[in-house]
Amino acid sequence: MNYLPNILFAIILIAGIGYFARNVKKLFRNIKLGKDKDINDNKSQRWKNMAMIALGQSKMVKRPVSGFFHIIVYVGFVIINIEVLEIIIDGLFGTHRIGLSILPESLYGFLIGTFEVLAALVFIAVIIFWIRRNVIKLKRFMSSEMSGWPKNDGNIILYFEMVLMTLFLVMNATDTSFQALDSGNIISQYIAPLFSGLSENSLHLVERSSWWLHIVGILIFLNYLYYSKHLHILLAFPNTYYGKLTPKGQFPNNDAVTKEVKLMMDPDADPYAVPAEDEADVPPAKFGASDVQDLSWLNLLNAYSCTECGRCTSECPANLTGKKLSPRKIMMDTRDRLEEVGKNIDANNGVFVDDGKQLLNDYITTEELWACTSCNACVEACPISIDPLNIIMEMRNYLVMEQSAAPMELNNMMTNIENNGAPWPYNQMDRLNWKDE
Amino acid sequence: MSEQLIVPTMAELIAEGKTPDILFWVGSAGSYDDRAKKITKAFVKILNKAKVNFAVLGTEESATGDLAKRAGNEFLFQMQAVMNIEVLNAYNVKRIVTCDPHSFNCIKNEYPGLGGTYEVLHHTQFIKELITTNKLKINESSFKDKRITFHDPCYLGRANSEYNAPRDVLKTLNATLLEMKRNKATALCCGAGGAQMFKEPEKGDKDINELRTEDALETKPDIIATGCPYCMTMMSDGVKVKEKENEIKVMDVAELIASSQNL
Repeated sequence: MNYLPNILFAIILIAGIGYFARNVKKLFRNIKLGKDKDINDNKSQRWKNMAMIALGQSKMVKRPVSGFFHIIVYVGFVIINIEVLEIIIDGLFGTHRIGLSILPESLYGFLIGTFEVLAALVFIAVIIFWIRRNVIKLKRFMSSEMSGWPKNDGNIILYFEMVLMTLFLVMNATDTSFQALDSGNIISQYIAPLFSGLSENSLHLVERSSWWLHIVGILIFLNYLYYSKHLHILLAFPNTYYGKLTPKGQFPNNDAVTKEVKLMMDPDADPYAVPAEDEADVPPAKFGASDVQDLSWLNLLNAYSCTECGRCTSECPANLTGKKLSPRKIMMDTRDRLEEVGKNIDANNGVFVDDGKQLLNDYITTEELWACTSCNACVEACPISIDPLNIIMEMRNYLVMEQSAAPMELNNMMTNIENNGAPWPYNQMDRLNWKDE
Repeated sequence: MSEQLIVPTMAELIAEGKTPDILFWVGSAGSYDDRAKKITKAFVKILNKAKVNFAVLGTEESATGDLAKRAGNEFLFQMQAVMNIEVLNAYNVKRIVTCDPHSFNCIKNEYPGLGGTYEVLHHTQFIKELITTNKLKINESSFKDKRITFHDPCYLGRANSEYNAPRDVLKTLNATLLEMKRNKATALCCGAGGAQMFKEPEKGDKDINELRTEDALETKPDIIATGCPYCMTMMSDGVKVKEKENEIKVMDVAELIASSQNL
């Protein structure tokens, strides 16, 4: 019977990690629904970007207030999680504070003391984040795409963190032997008096409950990630690694189009030639994107990485002037549709069954797509190298090349380019007239 | 017009057995838009003054295809690009300068993948080069006491990280340079990019150029400087909407340099 807690702990741990692993697998599968994109160049620059932007938070601090508090939560989260290692060993082997029997007491005290200070700081930072969202109501958290689940998601994450930090501190405060050490209880010594009226047994009960709730809470939070915008704590790293390295203004050239253009420009090409054997079976390329499967896996990774902070939208000239376009919504819609497609595949034994819906129109409207000035403000603003503009351009490509559905004025402009090599209806022979005017 | 502009075409130079050091890509706006043509001429005056051995393509130039690409017509873009690249490569062009950040971005970044690799400069970069190599001397400037604020074109600034060249050139005017609250990497678009120039904006509560003009007006400028023919249109319209066209001028960096030197 003595081993019951250890066994229970092992089961909870395996279940928690196992369920998370299962969802991570699904996450990978969904991202791989996107089109191939070969990103193997310039590895040293990519590692550097990941170190600077994700690990080093270099773009978060562009906005000093939120950047500062985010760094507290981030550092706190990473460092306090070292404590989880001790909790897991204690849980599996029935020890109590195994660290104390391995490390010198002073070092152990220093570690736990650091965790306690960070826990308190994280708690304060999270309260400030909550106030920004719910009391001050910062504009970028109040956009129309942030109502309902996205709003709740944001708050649930904050509550999780508040509760976990509280449990950690209470666990330490009610641990009489730890308090007796008087080393490392920097914060919890001030919480301990709150429980001074309790008997030793009740104190022990509170301590054990906090300990169990803390680790179970962490496992629940881990599993919550997959359903939440909070995935960014993991995906920010690959996302910054695979981020665009070429100049922001450089839009990729479509290879399938290049092939057709070259063919058209080649005077020796025979338009009626029978396609070669190997080409015959290849379905004609679809230009641009109308659904998530037409986007690249990087677009889809971007969508899962987005934590809906809205810095992109708050810099978008179209959004700032009241247009419907919101780069954040582009990312959220892409993820929502991707998850819908993923669930469809799960429900149909691994194959996608047409559901009569797509990313275009059912999620993202043409009004949003045509409002973009391609100014790259959203790309610049993103703290983790997400590129909403690339999705917008892919969808414009589909609208124009597959559906000829550009706004009439743009069609006129493009007809002019086709006919006389300028966006206006002027003769190409007049190109140099300015010289003598 | 004091002097006749000297604008040799590639075809003329080649016929004379000469090779220019640089090709001036005039661009569609610079060729046809009335306001942008003034920028083109101001830049040519600078080129003439600095005795730059340059040429234009003239009637052999065609739209870069940039607008088509941003509007979603990759096919039309590549058709234009391949045609232009054929002409540029036939003339063995190595170096290109243009007053249009959209042409600059497109030729510099998107042509190489289609077989056209050149050194491409924005005119503010080239003017800076002329100044630092002493080919162009800036004498006492007529803008000495003026307040000038520079609006970063998206396709020069964010798109290609060139924030300094236009500012360095403006510094030679000895004027008071003012930064808008949104500048450089966080500069607000004028509203013309992404082919917006050629269509009505979607429904909203304000036009983008009006918002950007407000940014500029906050600095209380005498002159709003730009480096893009489309920004020029948008900012000029914005100043008109704010009924400030009598007090505030919108000028391209090249025009400021040319005018300060009485060119």
